[in-house]
Order: sequence, then C-alpha cells, then structure tokens
Amino acid sequence: MKRAGWLVLAAALAGLPWVAGEYYINLASQIFIAAIFAASLNLLVGYGGLPSLGHASWLGLAAYISAWMSLKLGLGHWATAPVALLGTTLIACAFGWISLRATGLGFLMLTLALSQVLWGTAYRWVSVTDGDNGLRGLTRPAPFGINLDDAGSFYYFALTITAVAIWLMAVFVASPFGAALRGTRDQARRMSALGHDVWLIRWITFVYSGFWGAVSGLLFVYYNKYIHPASLSITASAEGLLAVIAGGSATLAGPIVGAAIVMILKNYVSAYIERWNMLLGFVFVIIVIFVPEGVVPGLQRLAGQAKKAWRSPR
Amino acid sequence: MTFTRRRFIQATGAGAAALGMPTIAQSQTGPIRVGLMTVKTGPLASGGIDMERALVQYLKERDYTLAGRKVELFVGDSGGVPAQSRTKLQELVERDKIQIMIGPLDTASALASDDYIRSAQLLTLSVAAAEDMTQRKPNPWFTRGTSTSSQSAQPLADYCYKTLKYRRMVTIADDIAYGHEMCAGFQRVFEDAGGKIVQKLFSPLTVPDYGTYIAQLKTNVDGIFLGFAGSNGFRFFRQFNEYGLRGKFAVVGGMTAFDEAVLRNMGDEALGIVTSCWYSAEIENAINKRFAANFRVDWGYDPGFYAAATYVEAAVLEATLQALKGNIEDKQAFMKTVRAIKVDTARGPVSFDRYGNVVGSVYIRKVERKDARLVNSVIYTYPNVSQFWTYKPEEFLKNPVYSRDWPPAKNLES
Repeated sequence: MKRAGWLVLAAALAGLPWVAGEYYINLASQIFIAAIFAASLNLLVGYGGLPSLGHASWLGLAAYISAWMSLKLGLGHWATAPVALLGTTLIACAFGWISLRATGLGFLMLTLALSQVLWGTAYRWVSVTDGDNGLRGLTRPAPFGINLDDAGSFYYFALTITAVAIWLMAVFVASPFGAALRGTRDQARRMSALGHDVWLIRWITFVYSGFWGAVSGLLFVYYNKYIHPASLSITASAEGLLAVIAGGSATLAGPIVGAAIVMILKNYVSAYIERWNMLLGFVFVIIVIFVPEGVVPGLQRLAGQAKKAWRSPR
Repeated sequence: MTFTRRRFIQATGAGAAALGMPTIAQSQTGPIRVGLMTVKTGPLASGGIDMERALVQYLKERDYTLAGRKVELFVGDSGGVPAQSRTKLQELVERDKIQIMIGPLDTASALASDDYIRSAQLLTLSVAAAEDMTQRKPNPWFTRGTSTSSQSAQPLADYCYKTLKYRRMVTIADDIAYGHEMCAGFQRVFEDAGGKIVQKLFSPLTVPDYGTYIAQLKTNVDGIFLGFAGSNGFRFFRQFNEYGLRGKFAVVGGMTAFDEAVLRNMGDEALGIVTSCWYSAEIENAINKRFAANFRVDWGYDPGFYAAATYVEAAVLEATLQALKGNIEDKQAFMKTVRAIKVDTARGPVSFDRYGNVVGSVYIRKVERKDARLVNSVIYTYPNVSQFWTYKPEEFLKNPVYSRDWPPAKNLES
C-alpha cells in the first residue's frame, strides 16, 4: 500500500514535463529548490528546536561563491561547485560556533545578526559582489554532457538532487544521532546528564543543515543564472521559516509541502493578486487556526479523527 | 479605466491557464501579445506606473489596434528587484506567451534578463538604459528607443563646461549600474573638455536618509550633478535644501533626477535647475502636444521620462508593424525592420544605429513656472545625439564599459 503510494508519486513527478507547460515545469523546479532549503532549515527548527532566522546565508553564500569564482576567476562548474559547498560549510562551522553560545531567542537573534552581516556585505562590497546590480552572465552546468538550459532537463536535475537531499536528511534524522538530536530538543539537561555532548550535537546539526542550504543555493544560482543581495535578506530567511512552520516542523514532508505553498503563492497567485504577501498572511493564519501543528501533521490528525468516527458505530 | 481592463486581461489569462492550454495557437490573425515589464512597488514605482499609464493611453488612442491587428497587453511588476524581474519576465513569456516586451524599467533588471532575452529570442523594446546591451555585448533581440544611461548626460557635461562655464563639479548618483554609467559619461565628457570632477558619491538605491552624503559634499565647487532615478532626486533635493545648501552652488540633473513625475511635488526651490533628457513635456511638436495634453487630462500632471519612454516605444512598434503589415511572427524580419526604421515620435524624429540604440535629439531643460505648475522648458537642443556622443564608435568601444571605476577619476580631492 505504502509502496504503491511512493510509486505513484515517483511516476507523477517523472511524468510532469510531458503534460505540463514550460512555465509549470519551471515552477516545479523552483519548488524543489525551496523544498531543499526548507527541509534543511527544518533539521534545526523542527528536530533541534533551534529557530534560525539566518538560513538564507547558506543559500546566498554558496550562490555568491560559485558565481564569483566562475565570473572573476573563470573557473568551470566542476571547480566552483565543490568549493562553494566546502566554503559555505566552513563558514557554517564558524557561524554555528558563535550562534550556539545561546539557544531560543538568543540563538534566533545571533543567526539574524550574522546573516545581516552577510547581506550588508553583499549589498555594499560593490567591487566583489557588484552590489545592487547582482552578479550576472552565469551559466548552468552540463553534467555528463547534458545541457540543462531547457526547462525539462533542469527539472530532472533538480528532482534528482532534491530526492538525494531529502533521502540523506531522512537518514540523518532516523539515525541514532537523529534520536539524540531530538533528545537535546526535548530534554537538554537530561541528555547532558546521560553523557551526551549537547553542544556538539547541535553544532553538527547546524553544519549539516548549512551544507544542504548551500546545495539549495547552488541549484538556485543555476536556475536563475543570477544572484542578487535580496537572496541573503531577512525576507528570504523568513520565507523559509514560514514554509517549515506552515508545512509542519519536525516532519519530513512538512517543509516540502510548506515550500510548495509559499512558492505557488509567490510566483503563481501573485500574477492575479498584487498583494500576494497579504494572502500569504491569511493562509498562514488559517493554517494556525485549523492545523496549528502544520499542514502535514494536521491533515494526518484530521484524517485519523475521521477514520475513527467512521469505524466507531454509535 | 485601466484598472478594469487590466483585471479583465488577467482574468482571461487565468481562464486560459485554468483550461490547461499553455500553448495558444498563434495565427497571423490573432492578437499581438505585448508584455510591459515595469515596477509598481518600491522607489522606482512612480516612474513605473507612468510607463503603464502612457502605454495604455497609446493603445487606447488606437483602440488597441496596431497595423490592423488587435493588441493584448500583459503587465509584470518586478518591484525593482532584478531577480524578481527575471522571474516575472519568464512568467510573461512562458505563461502569457508575449511576443514582444516593452521594458524593463531599470538597468539592473535589463542586465539580469539579458541572457534570458537571448535564449527566448524575445523581441525587446527597452526603456532601461544598460549601456553594454547596445555596445560591447549587443543583444540581437534588443532595441532601445529611449537612450543609454550616459546618452543625455554627455551633452549636459558639454553644456556645463561650454555654456555654463563650470570648471569644478561633484557628482552623486544611485549606487546601481544606471547611476554608475551616467556619472561616468558625464565625467568623461566634462574632464575631456577640461573640467574637473573633484568628488564622486554613490548612495544605495533605497537609502532612507541622505544626511550622511550631504554632510560629505564639497562646497568649493561650481555645481553638483545628480544622477538619481525614480523619486530619489526629489528626496535628495529636499534634504539638500533642508541642509541650507541651495544657492551655495548650482544643481544640474541627469535625465531622471527632476522628472515631471516628481517635479510636481517640488516648490519654487527647484526653479532654474538645469537638466538634460531626450524628452520634455514642453517639446513643440504635434504628436507631443497631443500626448502631453491627453495625459494631463487623464492624470492631472505632465508626462515625463518614463511616460514618454513607453509612448515612444509604442510608436516605434507601430511603425515597424506597419512596415511589416502586422507580421510580428517573423522575428528576424522584425529586428531588421525596427533597426532601419525612421519615425516621428513624441520626442522628435527617431532612428537607430547598427547596435540597436536610438539616435535622436537631447534637450537641455530648465525648471520654470508655467500656468502655476513647474515645467522643464527646453533651452537648448543637441540634435541627432548618438550613444557614442562625438567619439568614434570603434574607439569608444575599445574602452571598458562605463562603470564605478571607469573612466578613472584623476581629480578627486580628499
């Protein structure tokens, strides 16, 4: 039963480019990118209980590093992609070391402050980042000689990477380490008493989450072939956080659904309603009222209640 | 009403999308699908809204029919954020299936969309001024009936040196490609003539307060050149007056700093300011008289740079379509025709160079009071100004593109 469901989902995703128009294929690719971004943030927010408002740093940093290397140093994608991922992860190591001096609100403010530093740098260090003009003239990679410039092939590229990313994040969460991480979220002092190094567990999660944020950043810059400081702004971070909370934190499917909701509102609905931000607010309020735990767990609960009501005869 | 019409088109688009017909069969007889890429939110919005108003006026005057074919208009709002402008452009092309784009408004958006325009082979009549798109990296699908960033600033520099006899000047502009390119062109011509630019300042596009920049200004100069876009010229100038600097030295402006769209919010302190632009609502020709009068009736103020931009581009589009008997489907033929066309527009006669950029008059204007409102009166005309000013195109193109760092500022005083 469950396997059949997976097969249907896989077939639907693989078959989409045959039925949908170019615009919808591109929309789906953008949803994948946002899904990796939100899912990686969910590791911190959902499983680690560490609300971060600076997750856009990883997306933006990876995008800027790869763009800068290919434009200013003229390097190819085989060189820029690993360096961008490695560089971003190293900075995540440092930022994690600073941010994790606090938890809760303090952690939130530190991540926000650090990401604002990066945003300000991208905005004003004009000789490197070209400031408000953004970096442009980038290309998409051609892995194994496949040209990714058309919508369909990029869709499959993004789909493959998203599948791998979500799977590796699922493995991470399901592992004993993932259990320990949830332990630090629920009972940090008890975990500490049991001999776990709470700080180290959180720090590793922070870095791992930063790494996947960087992966989404690479996809982002490949998709847009362009990067602007707005991608590092607090709005970008908040959008990710919103996707996690709306979809359902601490679930695997939640951030993906949340990312889809945000992207569809932002890119599709915004063509009909100029003030789509307002609509996003309304949708969020409705989610909080009816399914406060998020769309995915909320619908599961509602479905469970319906089933129960159906089975118990009165 | 534009409001209901736009809503109607949007609803039609929604209906088409909902019916799952992403590809609408386009026969020669179907409507021409025109996309307007503009900005309706943020600091550039005042100009962006004018762009839409003037284009709608042009189409309405012709009952939405150009060269015998109906025209449908689709409008995209980028919010002035280049990445967003790219996404919106994709939406216009891939979902609304536009055949030609008018816009975008700002240089950064044009640069961000450059490779997409190439890959989608999208016919573009640009408002944005990005220099290199018609210079060192000419985009084959890109034609510009407005001007490059520096096309109006270069004659102004000439005017400042030769007629106004300024010798030492300061420049300040938005820290975006448009501002960089405009100041660079101004600086080059002014310094080649013998003048000195002793200070160059660039403020962020969305800076909340110009105080820190105004406090840095050198006052032992003959004049200051303002290279602002959107409503920033107005915001800067108001603070400039509050700091008591009005009258200490002369103020001259680029083509958007004292645009009619913001001039209506200014008072007597703006009187006498000299600016240069390829347009003024005061130009004496039949087309412009009608355009400006109708625009004033509809909206209660004079059309400026942004309004004229789409009105001129629409005239270029119509003339090209007439030459092609309405056939916009043959893109190669369209590009060939549009670049060879000569047409009388609201800004005066317009033709194009072989890079796709306009050759036309540039007007030196002075703010004056007329019928109880401020206007940009034309005081001098430079006819047939090209993007290369008086330089030879080949030599001009050998230099790097105008930027923050080129030409190097040799006369800065600290």
